[in-house]
Amino acid sequence: MDSNLPSTLGSFSYDPAPESAAIARLQSSYGLFINGAFTAPENHAQFATVNPATGHVLATVAQASDADVDRAVAAARHAYETQWSKTTGAERAKYLFRIARLIQERSRELAVVETLDNGKPIRESRDIDVPLAAAHFFYYAGWADKLEHAGFGPAPQPLGVAGQIIPWNFPLLMAAWKLAPALAAGNTCVLKPAETTPLSALILAEILQQAELPAGVVNIITGDGSTGSALVQHPDVNKIAFTGSTDVGRLIQERVASSHKRLTLELGGKGANIVFDDAPIDEVVEGIIDGIFFNQGHVCCAGSRLLVQESVAEEVTRRLLRRVDQLRVGDPMDKNTDVGAINSAAQLARIEELVEWGEREGATRYDANCTLPSEGFWFKPTVFTNVDQSHRIARDEIFGPVLSVLTFRTPEEAVAKANNSVYGLACGVWSEKGSRTLWVAQRLRAGVIWANTYNKFDPASPFGGVRESGFGREGGRHGLEAYLNV
Amino acid sequence: MVHAALVDSLNTVSSSLLRPTSESERLASSSARVASEAELRSLIRGLGGVDAVGVEARSAKLATRSLKKASKVAAIDLAISMVDLTTLEGADTPGRVRSLCTKAMYPDASDPTTPSVAAVCVYPDLVAHARFVLGSSPVAVASVATAFPSGRASLQVKLLDVAEAVAAGADEIDMVIDRGAFLSGRWGQVFDEIVAVKAACGSAHLKVILETGELVTYDNIRAASWIAMLAGADFIKTSTGKVTVNATLPTALVMLEAVRDFSELTAQRVGVKVAGGIRSTKDALKYLVVVNETAGSAWLHPDAFRFGASSLLNDLLMQRRKQRTGAYIRPDELSGD
Repeated sequence: MDSNLPSTLGSFSYDPAPESAAIARLQSSYGLFINGAFTAPENHAQFATVNPATGHVLATVAQASDADVDRAVAAARHAYETQWSKTTGAERAKYLFRIARLIQERSRELAVVETLDNGKPIRESRDIDVPLAAAHFFYYAGWADKLEHAGFGPAPQPLGVAGQIIPWNFPLLMAAWKLAPALAAGNTCVLKPAETTPLSALILAEILQQAELPAGVVNIITGDGSTGSALVQHPDVNKIAFTGSTDVGRLIQERVASSHKRLTLELGGKGANIVFDDAPIDEVVEGIIDGIFFNQGHVCCAGSRLLVQESVAEEVTRRLLRRVDQLRVGDPMDKNTDVGAINSAAQLARIEELVEWGEREGATRYDANCTLPSEGFWFKPTVFTNVDQSHRIARDEIFGPVLSVLTFRTPEEAVAKANNSVYGLACGVWSEKGSRTLWVAQRLRAGVIWANTYNKFDPASPFGGVRESGFGREGGRHGLEAYLNV
Repeated sequence: MVHAALVDSLNTVSSSLLRPTSESERLASSSARVASEAELRSLIRGLGGVDAVGVEARSAKLATRSLKKASKVAAIDLAISMVDLTTLEGADTPGRVRSLCTKAMYPDASDPTTPSVAAVCVYPDLVAHARFVLGSSPVAVASVATAFPSGRASLQVKLLDVAEAVAAGADEIDMVIDRGAFLSGRWGQVFDEIVAVKAACGSAHLKVILETGELVTYDNIRAASWIAMLAGADFIKTSTGKVTVNATLPTALVMLEAVRDFSELTAQRVGVKVAGGIRSTKDALKYLVVVNETAGSAWLHPDAFRFGASSLLNDLLMQRRKQRTGAYIRPDELSGD
């Protein structure tokens, strides 16, 4: 039933409330962080990193060459052999606690840098990315002197030098997810941030200096895919941890297959958010919104497929579209922005291509009623209804603010549809009936299953996928296993 | 004998229950929405549950909205115009009520552009004093009634309480629901009592206080909101201000979802009043954000949203001056209450 009253949701105007970009204190160019010091920027070829919300250059960063990768790995090896592997757990914990506290102290600066470089709303970088990054260091600081009690044998040993390659969607948080357990377990690291979002990792390098972390324990090298490739193939690296696309993950797995290197991969996903007819409907709508529009949908575990029970599909869709129109899309630095900019022109092109496929294959497209800024990379929050299981938008990872709505009639059908994917990273189940939630959860093939919520992260909770979403876990006790010789 | 006549009129309403064909027609006709307690129960159960974690997360997220510049200035004036300036103490005096009424009409005597508040809210025996001072000003006289705050009296006593307040000149009646009946599952009794009080109100507006702090769960708060709306409430109100837990942001969110959904079914706008514990401008603006993004700007009006408060007004006035002059004033420059 439609309202006779006009919909005025969210029409009360909020004036712009921008966070100050000056807080970022960015330099015009950056070198590499190797052996505890920054190299001179002029010693390297430089490439630009842009603010995706404006298209303007923020700074230039160094393109690490093969020789730079070599030096970084050598520094990490030296630090491992001479120092870090001999340091007691309590001593390692001391540094991790320091790093965590320094992240908190510089949280405002980190949030601003993250938003400028990535395009995500400042509300999210301020309330989610940065606090969670600090929380990961605090959490693994606690494990550092208790490894023998972690269930991996009486004296678990570190692996050595870990090469870590992280994506652009949560630059600082992914650095924390990688570094904290590796350092707690006694490894040394060479971290390569993503090409389009290197800046927060370089601020983190400053923090490591402030924390007086011994030289070489963490090295941070910026660059494109060739840098990552050199790191993956370096003979003196004992472990590769990669978060990113399934295609690149597959390539990395091929490259390390003939080596002694350990590997963990956290790859793509096509998360199903399953809504039963007894679910709390207003919270369901919020959960769907958080599931797909959080971080512009640039989330590997995004709830990009909505599976809704047919009997409530109309009601849920009506409320969902009303809510989509309420999203505040625009300047990521504005404290009231809900959805920010797409991270890069390349990603925008990919989203546009898949959305075109959605229309071509006959799904019904709904664009959020919002205006987009004229500069930078933007895409309106989009909902496709009348989506079939065979449509590309129901199968391929879009990695953008695009939701595909499908329906089901029975729990069996919901499970079958949710599992009909090459991925297996995350799912959500919404129901007031606990027994049904558990029945469904036991049958879903996914690493993470949320009940009556979505996209909730905690350092104590392991995260990772099955099938083409990768292997290995980050977070929790399980996250230590990826960095211990067990 | 006033109450006997009211009970009669209630009986007339009850016996004339109609059963129109479609649900929307039936819901649209306020006197004939629910034929039996079983129907009331099934209708409200059909709304489904409220997830406490989700509601609290949503309200916490909305609380991070940042109102700046012109939108802040406008929001402060709006909040002032939504205040039910309240005094509900055993020690209230006619003099105190008169002073409060003057403040209600001219909250900041040094700045005539300051809007007046929506209403003055007092106990029934002080309604006449408030009416006398407020005269025909736009500030309404609201009176708590129905054995406020506990509601522990017979229906006859409650109706007499209402009738006296209305007769003394109250424009709005803030009633309390029978929490004992609600919590023991006698929803029909709660419903019938509201219908009876509504009839006793005559042309006065009825605000139904759910006392959410005693209902405890969001499921209960949603159910009580619907019972009150179906029974004819003009406003649903969180609290008496007399128990430990009063208005909270998630509670307001649940109630605003209820009035929004009710208006979609019936095209009737039921207002929401939050009361108890709201003392700062910052808190008041958070409520306005929740109103805006839950029920919509149709509720951003004193006819549809109110703050039951006393000390909040002076903080709003302080912030109003700060927005205009850039400096805070001393608290003593504003009259106390």
